[in-house]
Amino acid sequence: MRRAVYVLDTGAANLASMECALRRAGARTAVGLDPTRAKDAFALVLPGVGAFGPAAQQLQSAGLDVVLQRRIDEGAPTLAVCLGMQLLSRASAESKGASGIRVFDIRAERFSAGVRTPHLGWSPIEADSTCTLLRSGWAAFAHSYRLAEAPVGWQVAWCERGERFVAALERGSVLACQFHPELSGAFGARLLGDWLARASGGNPRAGPGIRLRQSVRGVR
Amino acid sequence: MRRLRPTVRILPCLDVRDGRVVKGVRFAELVDAGDPVDLAARYAAEGADEVCVLDISATGRGRDPDVQLVSRVRAALNVPLLVGGGVRTLEQARALFDAGADKVALNSAAVKNPGLIDALAARYGCQSVVLALDARRSARVPSGFEHVARSGSADTGLDAVAFAQNAECRGVGEVIATSVDRDGTGTGYELELLRALRKAVHVPLIASGGGRRTADFVAAAKAGADALLAASLFHFGRQTVAGLKRALARRGIALRPLETQGDLP
Repeated sequence: MRRAVYVLDTGAANLASMECALRRAGARTAVGLDPTRAKDAFALVLPGVGAFGPAAQQLQSAGLDVVLQRRIDEGAPTLAVCLGMQLLSRASAESKGASGIRVFDIRAERFSAGVRTPHLGWSPIEADSTCTLLRSGWAAFAHSYRLAEAPVGWQVAWCERGERFVAALERGSVLACQFHPELSGAFGARLLGDWLARASGGNPRAGPGIRLRQSVRGVR
Repeated sequence: MRRLRPTVRILPCLDVRDGRVVKGVRFAELVDAGDPVDLAARYAAEGADEVCVLDISATGRGRDPDVQLVSRVRAALNVPLLVGGGVRTLEQARALFDAGADKVALNSAAVKNPGLIDALAARYGCQSVVLALDARRSARVPSGFEHVARSGSADTGLDAVAFAQNAECRGVGEVIATSVDRDGTGTGYELELLRALRKAVHVPLIASGGGRRTADFVAAAKAGADALLAASLFHFGRQTVAGLKRALARRGIALRPLETQGDLP
């Protein structure tokens, strides 16, 4: 039986959207908040949606902050989406006093006044040439807070809408997206497919496998 | 890095009654328009930036929203899904989110139980909570637009623009501005309503009701709409999503490009 991607249930995330997208990419999924399963999963997803403070507290009380820190330190395949990416930072202006998982020593800030907030819909992102999973393209966003700077040691894709912010970060098999790959049409499906292939031991950019050949069709 | 114009979203809207997409004129004279899952998948493949599903059987008959419908659409859809119609309680909204809605729209409930907006925004974030504002022209209120509830059947006496401002303060992250007078008529969006709302609220604004000709969509974008919703236009084959996006791009409206569905042009 194929191993399941473990999707963390933070209580208010768009789990169904993420599960459907992973299944369309050929993965099996399991959902829960069990730290042992999260530690042992071959691939782990921390989905988005919700508010920073309550979600951070839920992860901490389940002991998942430590699991996530360790997985990301070790480079175990992990995907954090939207609020999930912000939760990896030190803190957020959304929930003053709440502490994040502190993978990045950065605070998530609200978009500046004068920038239409929330940022809802599609924007172009530009991936640095050093990225190996992320590509430039159009991605679907739904957020009011963002990282204005990128942590050292991560490859970055940027988005610009009056001010530049981090659209996504990658380091090996760890991927953190401010946008929603599960809602980003063919662009997002390809990214999820490539991340799953890498999590399964493949190297999506070097030599496409059978499933991958489909997922990278039409690449620039 | 390039400075980009904000892109306008195109949202096909599926009004669903008893499991079928229907569409009428001014919320009446409903005609069958097809299967919701087929239509949602087709519109997404054609380049829809988001799909809106409104369960119009729920409000009028006091039923729970059709959660199964949302699950089925979600499984087939790889773009954001906005769901509304008959949402009155936190539990109903939670069931819709769990089934795969990315955003939930409140209409009548926002009048009767405005605290629901606060509760949903606190739990799911304001980017997930949408006000479905149905309005019609009226001399009885300062803005000239009165809020209408219960699928267009009940005037509330509230000023639609003030009502939207209040909903924004409570945590709504987007407003669907539907003109009941224009809905299904193809006579163009209610631009005065859009302009009034654009001045009054800061969150994204979805224009709804009356869009048919390319010029209608251009005018709504210029009036300040961040997204353009249409139903009859697409359902009855007058225009495809792709055709509309091509026409709008030629008129200088910034959109997510079509052909490549992902890569920059």
